[in-house]
Amino acid sequence: MKFSSNGWMLPIWMAIPAMLGMMVAITVSTGCKKAKSNPFPASGAVAGWEKTSETRAFAAKDLWQYIDGDAEQYISAGVVTTSTSDYKYQGNLEAVVDVCTMGDATGARKILETGQTKEAKTVQLGDAGIQYAQSVIFRKGPYLVRIVAYESMPDAPQALLALAHGVEAKL
Amino acid sequence: MKNRRDFLKTAATGAVLLGSRSKLGLAAILDKQAGAAKSKVVIARDAALHGADGTLDEKRVQALLDRAIASYTGRDKPVEAWKRIVPVGKVIGLKVNGLGGKGIATHFALVMAICERLQQAGVKPGEIVVWDRNARDLDACGLTINTDLSRIRTYGSDVSGYEEQQESWGIARIKLAKILTRECAMVVNLPILKDHEMAGVTFSMKNMYGVVDRPRDLHAGGCNPAVADLNCIPAIREKVRFTIGDAISSVYNGGPSFHPEHLWQPNALIVGEDRVAVDYTAWQMIERKRSEVGMPTLEAANRPPRYIATAADAAHNLGTNDPQRIHLMEV
Repeated sequence: MKFSSNGWMLPIWMAIPAMLGMMVAITVSTGCKKAKSNPFPASGAVAGWEKTSETRAFAAKDLWQYIDGDAEQYISAGVVTTSTSDYKYQGNLEAVVDVCTMGDATGARKILETGQTKEAKTVQLGDAGIQYAQSVIFRKGPYLVRIVAYESMPDAPQALLALAHGVEAKL
Repeated sequence: MKNRRDFLKTAATGAVLLGSRSKLGLAAILDKQAGAAKSKVVIARDAALHGADGTLDEKRVQALLDRAIASYTGRDKPVEAWKRIVPVGKVIGLKVNGLGGKGIATHFALVMAICERLQQAGVKPGEIVVWDRNARDLDACGLTINTDLSRIRTYGSDVSGYEEQQESWGIARIKLAKILTRECAMVVNLPILKDHEMAGVTFSMKNMYGVVDRPRDLHAGGCNPAVADLNCIPAIREKVRFTIGDAISSVYNGGPSFHPEHLWQPNALIVGEDRVAVDYTAWQMIERKRSEVGMPTLEAANRPPRYIATAADAAHNLGTNDPQRIHLMEV
């Protein structure tokens, strides 16, 4: 048995649907986007990749603590939150994954298109993606994902792309 | 050259003390430079600093540092040269820069080389504090936290905290890291050369954003005049007296974060006391690289580092940005 808010008791088969209905109503009325699960693949979820740090999240107002100096361009593009985590490939290649939740897809597009060079190679990821020898950047809806390896290795591009697909699948 | 374990062991066991001096050798250098009416800046290069596989050669970093310092001081023996730069018996801070992450942070090999020479010049391990904003930034430089007074200390401003009292100069209204105000008698500035999305270039003066509580508040207007104003705060102006700028690796676009697609290796150190002259020299290096790869100038990109000229103006008087008044030595 479960107590309703005014103290009356409701049978559990009535209380649970009522609560679910209230949650749906709140979500719709506040315009919240669907809450995403953790977009960071766990260790081993993508072959060879290990998640080596806790995920850290920064609201727009605190982004300077992470990327002071770069924060303003993300803020002006409408960043809402940025989450980041470190990874290591086969115990050797270190990389960082940044997932920025922008206000909308326009903001993600703006960041993706900033600073591209002729070396950028288009890759099939999300709505649009590019790859360099040591990095992969893509957008999917309001999400902008940047994966950067700290070193250059022959198999880095392939490994980074695999990790990017792992992140994309969780967005 | 020692590896990291040996380095920490040396740090723990101490080094040779060479006795104290009553006056900084630096003053003599300053006098000499004033006589010449030029600010000396040394760019030391070694094209073979990185091996064929891209690995940094630590022995060559030490040799490059020695060459840069010898050229700057006019003393061939590294120990004698360092004795002219730092006071003995005082705490020396080394302000690194790890903001951009592991790919573009002050190199551990350079920090290690400087610490070794400082100790040989008579500075005790516990009198050396290597610091940045926080543990993450230090980790990006390959440094782990240590607050043990018997060893070289490495910790962030997040550990020591910031002064309660706000200081101001111009538009800069900040609280300084206690490491700067209470620990260090002198700071050797170890920035890493980077393009900067807002300021144009970040190097010596801009690295001081890492010694204040809210650097975010200093970014308006391309960080101008904030960078110059900040460097006029007495504790910064008076204590941060020497720059050994890391231009071993750099990003010529997309900074201050790490953008490997814009990474290049100047394989150089830029050394000097005049922070404005050092920054002017570093800016020219970035511009040459941008030109080489066909990128627009920072002026054309609408983000020239205007704070450099501001720092040189009569109100700030932090140094010179006039190439005619910079004695540039390339070695």
